[in-house]
Amino acid sequence: MDTIYALASGQGKAGVAVLRLSGPDAHRACHALAGRLPPLRQMSLAILRDRKGDVLDQALVAIFPDKQSFTGEPVTELHLHGSPAVVSAVMREISEQGLARLALPGEFTRRALENGQLDLTEVEGLADLIQAETEAQRKQALKVMSGALGDKVNRWREALVHGMALIAASIDFADEELPAEIVAEARRIFEEVRTELSAEIDGIFAAERIRDGFLVAILGRPNAGKSTLLNALAGREAAITSDIAGTTRDVIEVRMDIAGLPVTMLDTAGLREGGDEIERIGIERALIRAADADLRIVLVDDRGLPPGLQLAEDDLVLRSKSDLEGSSDGISGKTGQGISELLDHVATRLVSAASQAGSASNDRHRFAMSGAKTALESALLELEHGEERTEFLSEHLRQAARHLDELIGKVDVEDMLDDIFRNFCLGK
Amino acid sequence: MKHGEFDVVVVGGGHAGTEAAYAAARMGVRTALVTLKFGNLGVMSCNPAIGGLGKGHLVREIDAMDGIMGRVADAAGIQFRLLNRRKGPAVQGPRAQSDRKIYRETMQAMLSATQNLEIIEGEVTDFLMQGTRLSGVMLADGSELRSTSVILTTGTFLNGIIHIGDQRQSAGRMGEKPSIPLAERLKSFDLPLGRLKTGTPPRLNGKTIAWEKLESQPGDDQPVMFSFLNRKPLVRQISCGITHTNERTHEVIRQNLARSAMYGGHIDGIGPRYCPSIEDKVVRFADKTSHQVFLEPEGLDDDTVYPNGISTSLPVDVQELYVRSMEALENVEILQPGYAIEYDFVDPRSLDLTLALRDVPGLYLAGQINGTTGYEEAAAQGMVAGLNAAARAQDREKILFSRAESYIGVMLDDLTSRGVTEPYRMFTSRAEFRLSLRADNADQRLTPKAMALGCCSEGRKAAFERKMEQLSEAKTLLNAKSWTPRELAEHGFDVSKDGNKRTAYDLLAYPGVTFEKVLPLADGAENLKTEIRVQAATDALYAQYVERQKKDAAALKRDSELEIPDGFDFEGLSGLSSELKGKLVRQKPRTLAQAGNIEGMTPAALVLLLSKLRQASVKKKVG
Repeated sequence: MDTIYALASGQGKAGVAVLRLSGPDAHRACHALAGRLPPLRQMSLAILRDRKGDVLDQALVAIFPDKQSFTGEPVTELHLHGSPAVVSAVMREISEQGLARLALPGEFTRRALENGQLDLTEVEGLADLIQAETEAQRKQALKVMSGALGDKVNRWREALVHGMALIAASIDFADEELPAEIVAEARRIFEEVRTELSAEIDGIFAAERIRDGFLVAILGRPNAGKSTLLNALAGREAAITSDIAGTTRDVIEVRMDIAGLPVTMLDTAGLREGGDEIERIGIERALIRAADADLRIVLVDDRGLPPGLQLAEDDLVLRSKSDLEGSSDGISGKTGQGISELLDHVATRLVSAASQAGSASNDRHRFAMSGAKTALESALLELEHGEERTEFLSEHLRQAARHLDELIGKVDVEDMLDDIFRNFCLGK
Repeated sequence: MKHGEFDVVVVGGGHAGTEAAYAAARMGVRTALVTLKFGNLGVMSCNPAIGGLGKGHLVREIDAMDGIMGRVADAAGIQFRLLNRRKGPAVQGPRAQSDRKIYRETMQAMLSATQNLEIIEGEVTDFLMQGTRLSGVMLADGSELRSTSVILTTGTFLNGIIHIGDQRQSAGRMGEKPSIPLAERLKSFDLPLGRLKTGTPPRLNGKTIAWEKLESQPGDDQPVMFSFLNRKPLVRQISCGITHTNERTHEVIRQNLARSAMYGGHIDGIGPRYCPSIEDKVVRFADKTSHQVFLEPEGLDDDTVYPNGISTSLPVDVQELYVRSMEALENVEILQPGYAIEYDFVDPRSLDLTLALRDVPGLYLAGQINGTTGYEEAAAQGMVAGLNAAARAQDREKILFSRAESYIGVMLDDLTSRGVTEPYRMFTSRAEFRLSLRADNADQRLTPKAMALGCCSEGRKAAFERKMEQLSEAKTLLNAKSWTPRELAEHGFDVSKDGNKRTAYDLLAYPGVTFEKVLPLADGAENLKTEIRVQAATDALYAQYVERQKKDAAALKRDSELEIPDGFDFEGLSGLSSELKGKLVRQKPRTLAQAGNIEGMTPAALVLLLSKLRQASVKKKVG
């Protein structure tokens, strides 16, 4: 049984973040990080350090013995300071030391269920959890696949399937006529994927803090006050961390920090009918970009809803330019009326979204890629040992594909067989 | 009318049928094997060879369970080759050319001498039914055989059609009549059917082949047997010849494509991609100007030669033309033309993991009728059906094989959960636990199981226990002393200076480290027998991986043991997307493990399923 871990508290900037580990090595992990084991079922203060001895955090830790924990297994709880950076560093340390692996969604619950620690009626709540998870995953997948990573992920999948097929062919069709360059071709493929994975992992580390974790789009007719609102938001509690200017007819992005979560605000081109070719393209882009957003703020004035926009249930619809109308329930970028409330509202929505999909999926992707890269490196090493180690090579490849399966989809034996029969004439 | 009372009746005497009958009889139940002709038992209808990659693993596993195929193939083996000899043991597969006649005769002799087994010549025309329950079979002469279970292993008899060019005839195997009434009865069960095809090459007269012109392929210098009980071949060994197709061969085939049954539009069944006809090879890989053809003698005193690699459904005159275009075959005589055969198969998803039809209690299907191809796949299924039909008669628990334990388990799981789209053949790539499931350790994996079931002979049991003792002694010697990296460096071993001590057994896992090399580090190991040395070294090579895979295997075992009862209400699972729900309803997974393999299944959704299963079982216990 693996030891698993996951963030038990919500995502985002909070006072305390609770990291929970469960499984046979949970206490060993506590010892590795805190340097000692606290007494059972008692909170105690401990300094968590990484392998080099550098301090990760000063935390409250508690350990629970099996049969007396949430999952019925040995459990460790680390109550960390709630900064995403600290949480991320501790998670990375746990993964890299191989103390535990990131839990799959629902895995804690499953263990509790299997160990009889859960009343079966409590499980009813699972349905809601799964619905939320499915929705979050769908959005996450959409984000990955429509972004720049999507192309890479597709390429990795294709390359891995083909490379694995080459090796599989050399094993399962050893008594057939196969081209001599199979191994060289496979090596080239694995080296390429490994290099790309490395670059991607480096990219994640560097860009981690400025990544656009969440997209908030502001939509409305031309001159509905979108830009003014954006400037007001940027000038208040939120801090601009970077901005990329497009043309006024395109999409302007402003990155800021709301409630400890990185947010990209999109100021879109005004939505109206007609206009010239370039403006129409701008509007189209605005709608496409906004469709990916985690939250859409729709500004309306006395001209009503902008054309071409289908309101979704969770869109935030606001009356703009309340300074002109003198109304009290709208917002005004100029006077600042309603801006704090808006920010609070946005923060609440994002934090709740973060607790479902959030940056954990980024961590998940990063661990997946590192795992795959390590497996590929082992595979390349076996390749050097020659033919007699082919089955070990193949096993490392299978592990690499397994690490990536959340990103690239499950690689099935049928995928490899398809590739083999497409490329080689086999069958005596 | 004569009547017979049996526990298990096996219909068909091919590779599935013989293995099924032998297995049931070993379990100690009264078994009948019904075949059209006694002389048909153990006939090899396609190529005269057993084993290969993945397939050789299956034969070893059958043998480890004390089945019959391995020993018969050893007795009939006229050329043994261990495939992938230069690669690691996990992907090595034993293969042997067989003398058809010896194979058949050995099979017949062994079955005749088997206790609890009665061989009956006759044609099964119908099942005996008591309501919806099966209670035996009826023969063409009107006699009845009563039994609690029936195993149907009738190969391609369901709607079988043989094609040679534009000629077609209804048939099972070449020269055998298909059994129509039984097929009608089977159809009345409303089983989901599919259609497949397969082909054979023309058989050649070896006396008319210019062997001296050909490259020849001999067997291995040190032949490796199938059975754990055998050490060396029993009969004279021979070589095979190799010739090649050429531009002219391809030209003949291209010009006559329209006359091929396949390309002339006479065939709808789906053929295997790993065993394409020569027409397919020429069309799909048009840039290849030559293909290998292995000329395999069918026996020591038989001149028939099986040209492996040129199966076809072209008319006879074209077959002659293209065969004679090849080197050394210029004057060859065709003894029997090649043909394609189309047949219906039963979607194996209508079977459970014991190969029993879910909707017809007591009826088991094994072999080609389940959409598989190959003697070994058929025999393995026959054995599983035979063991389980016997267990059913004895009122014992189902006998299951898991993916983590055997290739047999991989095949059963694949067939019953995923179905087939082309004739199913075993490949080592299908086994995710390939490093643990080796041909060399099939006995370690399965013979204890056979012993526990009571289907293992005393002789095999004793041989196995002796081997295990010696192996354990060997491992003790190899692990007796451990050495620091520095000490090892002095002995010429380059290991990382991590401060960890290592034993001779540990060192055997390193690339290039042989048993002879570690001898100086293990006192007493020099007295070990070669066979035990080889096995200990192989076990050591994979020890770490096997250990690592144990966790996965345990997780799989847990999920495989969580059975989803028939009629489970997948629709009632709230919280799942309708797409996922649809997949569950359609694919009806039998276990949580199979549910987990459905595309799009998430871990959390599995937890939900698990919780519903728990609730259902709690309610059942209470109610």
